[in-house]
Amino acid sequence: MSKPSHEKWYAKLIDVALPVFATLAALVVGAVMLLLLNVNPIEAYAALWEGAFGSQNALAETLVKATPLLLVGLGICISFRGDVINIGGEGQMIVGAIIGTQVGLRMVDSPGWLVVPLALLAGFAGGALWGGIPGFLKAYFNVNEILSTVMMNAIAVQLMTFLLRGPMIDPAQAELASKIPQTARLMENFRLPRWIPTRLHLGALIAVVLAVLVYILLWRTTWGYRIRSVGQNPDASAYAGIKVKNYIVLALVLSGAFAGLAGVMQVYGVNYRMITDGSGSGFTGRAGFNGIVAALFGQLHPLGTIPASILFGALLVGANKMQRVVQVPSALVIALNGLVVVFVVSSEIWRRKRQRRRLAAEMALQKGAPGESDGSEAAHYGGEVD
Amino acid sequence: MISDLFSMTVLVGILASGIRLATPYLYAAIGETFGQRSGVLNLGVEGQMLLGAFTAFYVAIQTGNLWLGVLSAMIVGAVMGLAMAFVTVNLQAVQGISGIGFYLFGLGLSDLLFQRVLGTVETVKGFPKINLPVLSDLPIVGEIFFQQNILVYIAFALVPLAWFVLKKTTLGLKIRAVGENPEAADSLGVSVARIRYLTIILGGTLSGIAGASLSIALLNVFQQNMTSGLGFIAVALVYFGAWRPFGVLGGALLFSLVNSLQLWVQVLGIPIPSDIAVMMPYILTILVLVISVSRVRAPSALTKPFKREE
Repeated sequence: MSKPSHEKWYAKLIDVALPVFATLAALVVGAVMLLLLNVNPIEAYAALWEGAFGSQNALAETLVKATPLLLVGLGICISFRGDVINIGGEGQMIVGAIIGTQVGLRMVDSPGWLVVPLALLAGFAGGALWGGIPGFLKAYFNVNEILSTVMMNAIAVQLMTFLLRGPMIDPAQAELASKIPQTARLMENFRLPRWIPTRLHLGALIAVVLAVLVYILLWRTTWGYRIRSVGQNPDASAYAGIKVKNYIVLALVLSGAFAGLAGVMQVYGVNYRMITDGSGSGFTGRAGFNGIVAALFGQLHPLGTIPASILFGALLVGANKMQRVVQVPSALVIALNGLVVVFVVSSEIWRRKRQRRRLAAEMALQKGAPGESDGSEAAHYGGEVD
Repeated sequence: MISDLFSMTVLVGILASGIRLATPYLYAAIGETFGQRSGVLNLGVEGQMLLGAFTAFYVAIQTGNLWLGVLSAMIVGAVMGLAMAFVTVNLQAVQGISGIGFYLFGLGLSDLLFQRVLGTVETVKGFPKINLPVLSDLPIVGEIFFQQNILVYIAFALVPLAWFVLKKTTLGLKIRAVGENPEAADSLGVSVARIRYLTIILGGTLSGIAGASLSIALLNVFQQNMTSGLGFIAVALVYFGAWRPFGVLGGALLFSLVNSLQLWVQVLGIPIPSDIAVMMPYILTILVLVISVSRVRAPSALTKPFKREE
């Protein structure tokens, strides 16, 4: 491209800095809220930091929390790049976990090397199914995917509480009056390896490897190119011969699959059983929503989502410490996450303006010296179209 | 056991509580209808409801004045709406995602305030039942419809009112024009931004009342995440009702009657898994979306930010 290079590097720098500013802004608003609640914000944030990074164990917990965020976030990168708004991460995690757990509960006599990969694949498939349904409905019946994925979340939650209180309940719990909604514990050889003495499990590493693979998928394969192309301009894509409907379905199938994997990893890596507290977010810990936050923060780039997930994992873990030390409910972090989302999507206007300017400049350049522009459309969301 | 369901008292009970439970759906979904008719999808309803529910509950407990509680919930909802309007109209942020942000904000903040300010689950004496003269004495019908609290009556009155405003007034025409063809509306001198601000703030206000109706009229408690997805359903009801107030009413009644039935099934101890019953309206909503989308068209400019060409 023939645009002046100085425009590019500082503009890119600001692109990367935008979410950081958004987070700082959210933290400032959070500080004001803390002051109003008569809490010293510096003490509160210090406790948060300490809780997230203060020890080897704290750091490990941060990474444990970051893992489902990263996996869900990778799915979000794929679907949002395809201009498909998948809000269904919660339900996709649940269904992935249900199907994946079934594998471990049924194949008790099989070796771990067979069961664990099979279970992870089953979780991947379960999430793909739960994402694929809204994908199919969007592609072929024009059903708004935001609504259908929200509905699918509610259905999955009910399905989970039904199964964990009924057919899938831990036989030990079934006899007790408490009837905690949980399955039996998985066999010991079915558990993802841990970095003893912490709870950090192999899933974290798998998630990072997958982030690289999703990057390759999106920018180095035809599938990825077409998903992004459909996301940016479905009409032009259809004109260019891309089967738009198929790629809408594919975007949601893949997006759901990664969330499903996140769900099954909670079972095989963290709890060793599927368990909920009866509330909608009891199993997922709202990772299906927070993964969206992480992906947006990471500019819908799989590699950017890695540090973003660690940041939000840290917030979640640190919030518990903050609750203990300065008695600020960890709910503060949920509110802050919300603010980060609002600030990040609001700051997008800056990028769109810049892209319009650049496009205008390129067109002007094109008129002067023909045949120099790649004519790329301004991207809907962040990131360059390389 | 199942036959218990078909006794007259139980049927009347199911219908009466079904009418009552439709209240929060109605406020939230009618508010959302205005927003969507003007082209803005507000997915933050749930967060607005939670903040409204907390505020109403807290103010009612502190002052002993329920109406002051409703008023504060309206103000909080309106402020949330104002923020949403600024973000979607001026900053042209992606509506579906910023709505999720507002949802998380309201969810976290209401929980935070609840734990810091109240700490424990308390109950409040909510709006009392008002027996409408003459009407409430009617057999069966009276008990179902006319022995409810004031917020229930207002919610149902809102439906024809919303229909009238949208269909028969100049304001309604402007709202629909802005949602269908903002460029044309703009060229005729209608301020797209002003109309959208108006509808989003109205939506927030009504979502605030929706929350208040839960915490000081129906359940009379506040708990973390007490709406548990109700606000999202309200958004879906707008699609379900094809952007018409009476369609929204139908959807709201469907959901509330199934919920009511499910509650009664539990009360009577009938061994049907309630989870499966609760699932039904969601599945039905998806089916209705499949059928209705091919028949009814959404407002053309829905979710599209408006930017005047210069």
